[in-house]
Amino acid sequence: MIQAAIFYLLAGATVLAGIMVISARNPVHSVLWLIFAFVNAAGLFLVIGAEFLAMLLVIVYVGAVAVLFLFVVMMLDIDFATLRAGAMRYLPLGLLLGAALSVELLLVASAWEAGAIAPSAPPRSGLSNTQALGTLLYTDYVFVFQAAGLILLTAMVGAIVLTHRERAGVKRQDPFRQASRTPAETIALARPAVGAGVETEGGVR
Amino acid sequence: MTLLQSLSVGAPEVVLAAGICVLLLVGAFRGDRALEGLSWASVLLLALAAVPLFDQAPGRLAAWNGLYVADAFSRHLKLLVFLGSAAAILVAVPYLRRLATARFEYPLLVLLATLGMAIMVSAQNLLSLYVGLELMSLSAYVLAAFHRDESRSSEAGLKYFALGALASGLMLYGASLVYGFAGSTSFADIAKAFVAGEVRNLGALFGLVFLLAALAFKVSAVPFHMWTPDVYEGAPTPVVAFFATAPKVAAMGLMLRLLYEAFGGMKADWQQIVLVMSIASMLLGSVAAIAQTSMKRLLAYSAIANIGFALIGLAAGTAAGVEAVLLYLLVYLVMTLGAFVALLMLVDADGRQLEDLADLAGLARTRPGIASALAIFMFSLAGIPPMFGFMPKLAVFSAAVEAGLWPLAVLGVLASVVAAYYYLRVVKIMFIDPPAGVVVLPGEQGVNPAVVGAAAAFSSPLGYLLLGPLAAWGAEAARALA
Repeated sequence: MIQAAIFYLLAGATVLAGIMVISARNPVHSVLWLIFAFVNAAGLFLVIGAEFLAMLLVIVYVGAVAVLFLFVVMMLDIDFATLRAGAMRYLPLGLLLGAALSVELLLVASAWEAGAIAPSAPPRSGLSNTQALGTLLYTDYVFVFQAAGLILLTAMVGAIVLTHRERAGVKRQDPFRQASRTPAETIALARPAVGAGVETEGGVR
Repeated sequence: MTLLQSLSVGAPEVVLAAGICVLLLVGAFRGDRALEGLSWASVLLLALAAVPLFDQAPGRLAAWNGLYVADAFSRHLKLLVFLGSAAAILVAVPYLRRLATARFEYPLLVLLATLGMAIMVSAQNLLSLYVGLELMSLSAYVLAAFHRDESRSSEAGLKYFALGALASGLMLYGASLVYGFAGSTSFADIAKAFVAGEVRNLGALFGLVFLLAALAFKVSAVPFHMWTPDVYEGAPTPVVAFFATAPKVAAMGLMLRLLYEAFGGMKADWQQIVLVMSIASMLLGSVAAIAQTSMKRLLAYSAIANIGFALIGLAAGTAAGVEAVLLYLLVYLVMTLGAFVALLMLVDADGRQLEDLADLAGLARTRPGIASALAIFMFSLAGIPPMFGFMPKLAVFSAAVEAGLWPLAVLGVLASVVAAYYYLRVVKIMFIDPPAGVVVLPGEQGVNPAVVGAAAAFSSPLGYLLLGPLAAWGAEAARALA
């Protein structure tokens, strides 16, 4: 009973947040609503007892991805007014297409028996959520996990190939040279005549 | 199955992955001047990764908890893919040097794509299928845009990426449908869930259609071919030589394995889809190539038509058909690679790469060697009898006739006749038209003349000498599958 109440509360909040993400005028508000949606979704995971996924969602999506979105939205300064300029003009056509698609989907769903949906493998008993996920990722599917790592490596190499440029004349710090300087190289003692001063490179070497 | 056993069964991939990491480090420290050394090291690495292919016990070896299999089929295709990749790495070196884009990442990206292809042809699960395909595709997107300062190349990369991402989405959607209706992503379990003769499972059929659509995109079969001419035209020529060969072979191999091992029970369903794609690809590839003025676009349409011919063997749905597809892929790989490398060697006095058909005019008088090699490739691609290119065409047509699909074979012959027109037009332009301009050979050529010569010898009637062992090899691979 109380579980159902919490489910409907969280689910309702998630849907509301989702609607607000796409309807908020200010993109920063959209991202904040997105964070709200993630937190509610994490709550939904808790309700079904998937505490590890709930924590992961909060840490990865709220903590990292959404904050990154926020930075991107703030830095890019996208003018949403111009992006939305044509929206009203295309709205009738879009609505018409959407309506046609929904009618088609309804017809298909009502008249069509797709076939039996097979149950997936049952979860292992006697393991906590975290252990079960770990076994799946690092033992059963370690091959795919490693291959996914190689895909990320490719993405990294690709990003560097396509964007990195060697610029000439860039002043770089060289820690090795900095650390291996000796006083003899850097200090020059001079005995200028009275009133003459030192003028080699403005006194800086 | 211990980890050690898995590592030894999957040795080609393990060696490749470890080698790539080492070479990447070498490149990061040595910089772009390491390009040539890294290229040769990459070829050595591919050879090293190919050693276990000869060394493994015959038969079917499963590994990695059923995600991976090493059998005669995967070994056959891996060898072809490694060969194509090694050639693509070596022929690019002089080209990249000339255009001052000699960045050390080129051989590494090809190697990463090769690793993806090796995973693809050994996939036994929708998950390993997807990661293999994605590893290959992601490297391919970067390679297409490798000349990032040239707008055509960036455009090709962006187009390929946007459409490829769409295809990946289709594939994942199809895979999730199949998973939902089969309850598992493993090929063996899917085959158990969808057995022939029972009530047709429409949900699984939808999943199959989406999977096939994504794979058709990768092999550029009509109606998912739109990206091919644009990407081939814009991407650097050695990269196109790579795209047109190894990834096509791997994706066709993956399609064969998926359809036979996972959806063998739904053969009647997928046969129709493959049939339509085959006919459409042959016809469109043959007709649309006639109007092309760029050699790269012409070869792109030629690739589309050739995939149509190869799909005939798949549509036949018999063991002989699979064998014919494997022979087709092998000969197609060599012919297409040769044609692109020959094109790569044509440079005018300003150092501009010659890519237009008009530039080839009178080539037989200025560069008789390249012109005759190109002529051999054109005759062979057209499938004109004394050339070796005739043999795989004959094999797929006879497989179709044996399977009772003679209308398909007739359409195939008709498409070949139409296609022969534009292949022969290239020969006519090279041998009969007056010379158009000065064609110089770039100073440094690397291994390119040797590659062209070997490919031309293989595509010429001399190739028949190898037919016996090649056919036996392909038959062994086909038996492992069907």
